[in-house]
Amino acid sequence: MALPLHPRTAMPQQTVTVDANEAVAAIAHRLSEVIAIYPITPSSSMGELADEWSAQGRTNVFGQVPKVVELQSEGGAAGTLHGALQGGALATTFTASQGLLLMLPDMLKIGGELTPLAMHVAARSLATHALSIFGDHSDVMMARGTGFALLCSSSVQEAPDFAAVAHAVTLRARIPFLHFFDGFRTSHEVSRIDALDDQALRSLLDAKALSDFRRRALTPDAPVLRGTAQNPDTFFQAREAGNRFYAATPGLVQAAFDELAALTGRQYRLFDYVGHPQAERVVVLMGSGAEAVRETVDWLVARGEKVGAVIVRLFRPFDGAALLSALPASVKTIAALDRTKEPGALGEPLYQDVITALAEGDRGVRVVGGRYGLSSKEFTPAMIRAVFDNLALPRPKNHFTVGITDDVTHTSLPYDAEFDLEPNDVVRAVLFGLGSDGTVSSNKQTIKIIGEYTPNYAQGYFVYDSKKSGAMTVSHLRFGPRPIRSSYLIKHASFVACHYAPLLERHNVLDAAAPGATFLLNTHHDKATAFAALPLEVQQTILDKKLKFFVIDAFAVAKDVGLDRYISAVMQVCFFKLSHVLPMDEALTHLRASVEKAYGKRGTEVVRRNLLALEQSLGRLQEVTVPKVATGTPRPPPVPKAAPDFVQRVTAAMLAGHGDALPVSAFPIDGTWPTATTQWEKRAVGLEVPAWDAPLCIQCNKCSLICPHAAIRAQLVDPSDATKAPSAFKTVPFKAKELGQAPSGQGWLYALQVAPDDCTGCGLCVAVCPAKDKSNPRHKAIDMKPVEPVRAQERENWDFFSKLPHVDRAKVPSDLKSSQFLEPLFEFSGACAGCGETPYLKLLSQLFGDRLLIANATGCSSIYGGNLPTTPWAKNKDGRGPAWANSLFEDNAEFGLGLKLAVDARRQLASALLKQHGGHLGDELVTGLLEADQSDEGGLASQRSRVAALKAKLAGVATDDARLLHELADALVKKSVWLVGGDGWAYDIGYGGLDHVLASGADVNVLVMDTEVYSNTGGQQSKATPLGAAAKFAAAGKSMGKKDLGLLAMSYGHVYVASVAMGAKDAQTLKALKEAESYPGPSLVIAYSHCIAHGYDMERGAEQQKLAVESGVWPLYRFDPRLVATGAPPLQLDSGPPKVKPRDYMKNEGRFRMVALKDPKRFDRLVEAAERLAAQRRAIYEQLAHVHVSTKEHS
Amino acid sequence: MAILTTTWLGQTLAHPLIAGASPLVDDLDTVRRLEDAGAAAITMHSLFEEQLVSEQLAMHRHVDGWRGMNAEAADWLPGTADFLLGPDQYLEQLRKVREAVKVPVIGSLNGSTPGGWLAYAKLMEQAGAHALELNLYALPSDPARSAGEVEEEQLSIVRQVVASVRVPVGVKLSPFYSSLPHFAARLAGAGVSGLVLFNRLYQPDVNPEALEVDRVLKLSDASELTLRLRWLAILSAHVQVSFAVSGGVHDGRGAVKALMAGASAVQVVSALLQHGPGRLKQLKDELTSWLHEHEYVSVQQLVGSMNLARVPDPSAYERANYVKLLQGWHKR
Repeated sequence: MALPLHPRTAMPQQTVTVDANEAVAAIAHRLSEVIAIYPITPSSSMGELADEWSAQGRTNVFGQVPKVVELQSEGGAAGTLHGALQGGALATTFTASQGLLLMLPDMLKIGGELTPLAMHVAARSLATHALSIFGDHSDVMMARGTGFALLCSSSVQEAPDFAAVAHAVTLRARIPFLHFFDGFRTSHEVSRIDALDDQALRSLLDAKALSDFRRRALTPDAPVLRGTAQNPDTFFQAREAGNRFYAATPGLVQAAFDELAALTGRQYRLFDYVGHPQAERVVVLMGSGAEAVRETVDWLVARGEKVGAVIVRLFRPFDGAALLSALPASVKTIAALDRTKEPGALGEPLYQDVITALAEGDRGVRVVGGRYGLSSKEFTPAMIRAVFDNLALPRPKNHFTVGITDDVTHTSLPYDAEFDLEPNDVVRAVLFGLGSDGTVSSNKQTIKIIGEYTPNYAQGYFVYDSKKSGAMTVSHLRFGPRPIRSSYLIKHASFVACHYAPLLERHNVLDAAAPGATFLLNTHHDKATAFAALPLEVQQTILDKKLKFFVIDAFAVAKDVGLDRYISAVMQVCFFKLSHVLPMDEALTHLRASVEKAYGKRGTEVVRRNLLALEQSLGRLQEVTVPKVATGTPRPPPVPKAAPDFVQRVTAAMLAGHGDALPVSAFPIDGTWPTATTQWEKRAVGLEVPAWDAPLCIQCNKCSLICPHAAIRAQLVDPSDATKAPSAFKTVPFKAKELGQAPSGQGWLYALQVAPDDCTGCGLCVAVCPAKDKSNPRHKAIDMKPVEPVRAQERENWDFFSKLPHVDRAKVPSDLKSSQFLEPLFEFSGACAGCGETPYLKLLSQLFGDRLLIANATGCSSIYGGNLPTTPWAKNKDGRGPAWANSLFEDNAEFGLGLKLAVDARRQLASALLKQHGGHLGDELVTGLLEADQSDEGGLASQRSRVAALKAKLAGVATDDARLLHELADALVKKSVWLVGGDGWAYDIGYGGLDHVLASGADVNVLVMDTEVYSNTGGQQSKATPLGAAAKFAAAGKSMGKKDLGLLAMSYGHVYVASVAMGAKDAQTLKALKEAESYPGPSLVIAYSHCIAHGYDMERGAEQQKLAVESGVWPLYRFDPRLVATGAPPLQLDSGPPKVKPRDYMKNEGRFRMVALKDPKRFDRLVEAAERLAAQRRAIYEQLAHVHVSTKEHS
Repeated sequence: MAILTTTWLGQTLAHPLIAGASPLVDDLDTVRRLEDAGAAAITMHSLFEEQLVSEQLAMHRHVDGWRGMNAEAADWLPGTADFLLGPDQYLEQLRKVREAVKVPVIGSLNGSTPGGWLAYAKLMEQAGAHALELNLYALPSDPARSAGEVEEEQLSIVRQVVASVRVPVGVKLSPFYSSLPHFAARLAGAGVSGLVLFNRLYQPDVNPEALEVDRVLKLSDASELTLRLRWLAILSAHVQVSFAVSGGVHDGRGAVKALMAGASAVQVVSALLQHGPGRLKQLKDELTSWLHEHEYVSVQQLVGSMNLARVPDPSAYERANYVKLLQGWHKR
């Protein structure tokens, strides 16, 4: 598969290999003075880069370092922008999706005031029936009415070009610009492009326009008033006063395009036409899909078809005349393609605009509209060809969809999924990796090597799954002699690599392989045994497609050179060896240089080991002689046969990677999905699992409590059940007496069981296990052991264990150990191995799960909690379990309050009906139901029995009220409403709402899982970030203290507040959750949650929690307003005076170490400040803990 | 007044008492106080292989290891392009100490396996170290490795360091070798300029309640000197390099003994940590007085005067020592 690539020649200097986010940020940073941002996928990296560059002192074209500020929300960022612009500073921002929506009010102001601004949007789906982080134009379309110009770039090259044009034209036109490009497909695609230098940027700026902008700044030296309130007499006329600026803008944009062309040779038009000069069928669209359309049009025109495409650049103000002049006179039919959906509209926005333009221009052309590509749905030449085929029909389908199968309203166009037009001189490689093995990073380096050191064009696009532990990454790389316009995934690759062999068990890795392709596998098998070890399906594909098969034991190489499991250098050098994209000696030179460049900043040893990996790998790469027949074992089905029907039909297809093929009819119509589905997804990502030494175990259940994945569980077993156990299933007599006898009358047995396919191997359980073997203290009651030798046996054990009956909740004592005999209704989430948040949620589900409603703020917990295909929220044998919903990031407290109000309304209605019909139902039952004590599990169980009795009585009554009461009867059982989320929500974006809900006095419970950064979007600082920690936007270490959310809440007096850290004092966590739940008013529990963003091994999470508490950095307390009535101080401190120094806690975490390494003096100052702050907090709390609040009315 | 000058690692020292490797050098004021108290040279605290390697690898693992695994987060910690992770701090402090004092400054590297950390020898030289002390602190715990293999590896480390710098290199040893004289001779052959006897770092202690091993650092006391005296006496008689003693010198008399046994320089640490930098001046005064009282004209007269080659009864340093001592017990 040697490829006809050109010999190396000198490249133009300005060639860079970057993704669009970086390319755009590089423009915006150089043309702005103030950058106000808030992180949101997929735009976050633009703000992060801008911040990094400013931190490094990089200047804009005016010679100044732009000021980058992170706000508490996009609304805040927009307000800051508005102010900065009014103050006369050039400002910008980066955002997407809901973030853009939060900016709309300010955007209307900025537009109405004709204020120059260029902002950049990585266009992303809006959350509707579901959240999606992926790309389409639904966000941008919401900004149509803001008065902003909407400028759309279609590729990584166009993105910085258009960004520069936006910044330039906004000054001349006075109309603010929203420049957008497709989230992920463009924002995250890495490509070789020509960059614009400072000189080019300066020449695009109009000096007079810039000076006019600065002159309009609000200043007391020339005072004016903006933001008036106007009345009916004037508002209308004043609103029309700016019309001429909109009329002039398209001309100004075209002029800037022309100037750019003079500078770069790249000519753009408001509407670019490509295709046959006498085209009869034309597609109109904008965004990354236009790239694939251009490719397809070229292919079709080369085959004699009269087709073409119009690529929309400036969508607002829409220049209808320019569109008409771009269209060949020969056009007969047009398909306007929208990457958005407006339910109920006559058609989507671009379709309507095209029709209007044609109607106003008196052009009688048939126009049909279609939707494609929502949420980054693939948009391929096959689909594009189907659109052209549709246009050729006598009556083309209108309001169609393409790319899906709509078997309900039959909107979809059929297409030939096998159609492919990619030329053979483009090298295509697809590489499957495991999230933490460095595959994506090394592939980005590979693209840079090809892009920057050869004359070839290079493209990289990366697909991630939504799990955070054991996540798979798929890298799609293309290299070729011409600019690459293939804005879709590779279907026929000449090189496929699998960097983690177990992926072959679950994924169709070789689907992407073209016949005769090369397949590289990282496996511990050598060439003699590698083929035999493959699943049958993989073997057959290798035979059918006649693949060349190579193996390397990359983990062994990495281990030998001391790189743990970081195999990126090993696999990268093998890629170069097998793909022949460069002569090997040249490749090695570049690889060595790229190792130096990438890891030089980590130090010589990291470089040395990676270089060693490069040297050692080639000698250990082996070609496998492929036998003539496949003899392997077939892969197991994606879900077991026992799974419910929906899981079999829908979830299984998604798990198998066939979600794209599911038709519309397969889906819930309103975003409602079943829970308890992670149990069917056996991911088997752990390499080691805990092994239990039953006699040594002290049955403390701390392992079960801390397990983030509910993968190790304790259970009491009735000896009569144990007789049916598999032979390897272990039990020992239960040591405690509180639970009395088992139902059979015998003493309870105790079992501790691991779920071998669900354990991620994080090791937290072993780290917290206190039971050491006295004669061999290295051995504990649980030790991590390789899973493979015991997998089959433990699967059988788990299967038996998971079907055992649970102990009666009403009989379980309230201590910590016993809490672990309650069934967890949160299990096997895709959270990171060793996650610090999930143990709290799991405990919550054990305590209140069967009557729990959860409002979950967007963030990590909404992703591992609600990202399809499966959810960890589970059900008990009665079908009860947490009901969960995610509304938004910013509104979670209010959303939760709404849930609570609804719960109350339903109970109130049920109670009223009960009272009305009391006589028929029996006074005793009604009184019991209305006055039930539901403060403990016994009371709850009795109430459930009464409800069952009520339903039984109502079953025979045919009145409307009886039916209604029957429906509402369950509302009489107390519900527990919890508002959960992270610190980004509670401290920042949602704080206003949270504060209001706490102030309202409503009986809701709030659990803040405080990781002290925005974890989900990649570790940006929040107001919870502690002093001295490095976080994004605080790279030098945060210099301000952490917001004391608990103290703020305590100031109300009526809010129950607790600060907990399970790893430090688990019993206090349990007590706090129970007290919070029982408190008849608002409760706030702030829970220390260790996180990979802290930069250390999560196995040591509990240890660090302990140090955080012992150093006084994280005090434990409970503030219970109920104590006031008893005369006691409401605040109880649950942690003692500091035993260790904050420094001893901080020195173990990368987030603090980075600061110490970067600037030791500054770090020392920050540590001292942190120590002072901890001492001050302690002093305040100690004083508060002695404050007695009088309950007398006149004291 | 006796002539106190001596040479150590190619440096001419005003007298033999120098500040050994310790955290005292972390603070420039203390460094100045050490010079004021008369320290003839300053040894930097050790830059540890573990510190270098594990810090680098930890950052590699926790920053690079999480990169590119998730659609929403490219990584989880801020980009580190603008700061170097490595011993910059150390080198910076070395530079500052050089600027702060006039006496020779000796850099110190501590490790036991070949690796990238050795590159820092060169960086220390560039930062201005007059000489380097390489601390080979390793306890073999692998039964598969022979004494010869262990020694070969250590020699290869020493050769790499010696080859990479122009300044003299000293090696600080532990007492645990099958044939210390043979190994010391090979070190001398590898180009080592001086040997320091002996290192004494963390000593593990058993915590019987927690079932853990605690690492404790105990300051030396005078009882540790005798082991060093014996080996100074034996090695200085056979191996043509200069020697320094480290551990157990707490007074002027102790310094005299060490010099007599073969040391050219006397490193003092524990006494300074206990009593402050000013203690060095007292030691120097005690040494001077002793020389005066005993009518020695120079330190050179003293150095090695009681080593194996020159002592009246060399068997006292050898195995016969043991027998005599036992007989002595018996007679009593």
